[in-house]
Amino acid sequence: MKFVKIDEKQWAEGIGKLKSGYRVFGPVKEGKDHEFRELTGDASPDMAFSNTRLSPKSVVYPQSEVMFEYTTDESRPDHHILKEPRRDDTPRAVIGIRPCDALSFLLVRRNFDSPEYKDPYWLRNYEATTFVGYGCNDPCATCFCTSAGSAPHDTQGLDALVVDRDGGYAAKAITEKGEALMKAAGWTDAMDEAEAEALFADRAAAAEKKITRQVATDKLAEKPSMDLYDAPFWEDVAFSCINCGTCTYLCPTCWCFDIQDECRGCEGVRTRNWDSCMAPLFTAHGSGHNPRGEKVQRVRQRFMHKLKYYVDKYGEGIQCVGCGRCVRSCPVNIDIRKVCDMMNAYDPEAANDCACPTT
Amino acid sequence: MREYTDKIRQIARRLLEEGKVDRVIGFKKGSMPMMNEPCVIRRPQDADQLIWDGNCGINLANYLTGAKDKVGVVAKGCDSRNIVTHIIENKLDRDNVVVIGVPCQAMIDKRKIAAAVDGEISEVTETDDGKVVVRGNGFEKTFDRAETLQDNCAICVHRNPVICDEPVADPVPEQTDVDRYADIRAIDAMSDAERKAFFDDMFAECIRCYACRNACPLCYCPTCFVDESRPQWVGKGQDENDIRTFHFLRAYHCAGRCTDCGACERACPVGIKMRVLTRKLEKDCKELYGWEAGMSVDQRPPLDAYKPNDPDAFIK
Repeated sequence: MKFVKIDEKQWAEGIGKLKSGYRVFGPVKEGKDHEFRELTGDASPDMAFSNTRLSPKSVVYPQSEVMFEYTTDESRPDHHILKEPRRDDTPRAVIGIRPCDALSFLLVRRNFDSPEYKDPYWLRNYEATTFVGYGCNDPCATCFCTSAGSAPHDTQGLDALVVDRDGGYAAKAITEKGEALMKAAGWTDAMDEAEAEALFADRAAAAEKKITRQVATDKLAEKPSMDLYDAPFWEDVAFSCINCGTCTYLCPTCWCFDIQDECRGCEGVRTRNWDSCMAPLFTAHGSGHNPRGEKVQRVRQRFMHKLKYYVDKYGEGIQCVGCGRCVRSCPVNIDIRKVCDMMNAYDPEAANDCACPTT
Repeated sequence: MREYTDKIRQIARRLLEEGKVDRVIGFKKGSMPMMNEPCVIRRPQDADQLIWDGNCGINLANYLTGAKDKVGVVAKGCDSRNIVTHIIENKLDRDNVVVIGVPCQAMIDKRKIAAAVDGEISEVTETDDGKVVVRGNGFEKTFDRAETLQDNCAICVHRNPVICDEPVADPVPEQTDVDRYADIRAIDAMSDAERKAFFDDMFAECIRCYACRNACPLCYCPTCFVDESRPQWVGKGQDENDIRTFHFLRAYHCAGRCTDCGACERACPVGIKMRVLTRKLEKDCKELYGWEAGMSVDQRPPLDAYKPNDPDAFIK
């Protein structure tokens, strides 16, 4: 059973059935925008969405996550011992994740799951999750997934992929996890393989044609880091930036966090919270020194990390899936597509005619 | 708007050519519909990058904080009042700034327009007869410009720059029959429980990106109280009390200083309407002290002035 067809009734029933075995997350309309939320009670995913406002990264990597609890009350036998709080590692399913967002988990995994270090919090959440993708028929004008290693119907990072079909959906299991989920949902109505292959291919091709913006990344790896670092365009790129955390918090591939202890009286928790390289505090040293004390340094860091350091470190392309959220939500219209093209085309020999100062 | 753009370019070019300023801060066309990007122009030949239309809502006073060189800045009414506030608060020397004053015809609200159409918007144009034409995949819709304004612009009573060295056009008529505080009175009238529910709902979406703070020209502290670590005043997670503390305290820091430019709401990626906080304090300052922020470089703000004849005993 690789391909199945799911009519609307089976779809709705299946979502209901899944809730007995999984915590189910899906797109929900809030105001004008959609967000991924846990679907409790009778809630069902609203599949009529283009892209959610925030990425679904919080399903695996919450904005604020408790790592330990502790007490400093010495009358208690377990005082000064870090104890892991009760965790919910039961299976969860993300229904309707876009292929670009699904790929982001593979990019982020290179950081949280390396031979040297395995992040237990991220990994346990990740391993508990089954990703059911939803092929994208109408990419936004800000989408550039095809320049970022993905595509509107790409299956990387997915356990199953669902596409629109007359009267419902067609689904493809990609991993055993995906197959198990489809079985649990009762989506077992096998579809003729040749017909399904054709449907998936047609949908994918039609959507890909709608991606109008390509971003050049082919020369990033060969550029010397210091040439890009010293490029004169950073002052210009950074000028309008207000150094808020919108781009980093909306980004599916931004993974940085800060660890904080919070206590009341003798009882405390150690949490980790999303952090942002846009904030001066991100790099402030205890001595008071700040290696990235200036805005331009922070803006450069964000783009250099995504488009150069990551490229060099892993050799697997850029740390961006082309979802376009940062482009859409930046309050001052800083556009990673323009910056990427600029970096990719940068030639220090030809860079003398630039309006910006070369400080 | 074309005349405004032409005039802004002409002024910027002349100021740079004559060496009156080292740079001019204005807007250039953005990469998406209804978005312009603040930019800096340093050479006369680049002045043609500057533009003006209803998408210049970002407050450019935010880019002047602490400027020591000679700067020309394109400023609408609210921006000019924040420039005045910067001068009063010693963040800017009046002699260093050349205000290119734009009599403002109000900014359009990209969220309002996006919410009023189905589908992705590919192009938005403003016509000379006060319409906004919105086009997208398979649709075209025309709005009266007045329906599409940012909330703060709809109730603005100071559209003309209060200080101006290089006027871009003749002043526009100011709005006079505007009730600036209808929603504030409604919140005042709520019971404690209702008000708590109102604020809980309002802040529920906050992701603490601090875009509201960073877009605000008033928020120039070297280290904001939420970023202090010795001592740490506010928790950094998603605790609702910490989120509320941030928003309420930030608003209090803006009391008697906020010009209601709307930069905070415009910048917020999740659409929080935090101007109710700053306008409550604006209303208080107006009622208690007859004060409006940023109207004159010669007057001290009520919250940093002491008068021997203060009617309250506690201060004597």
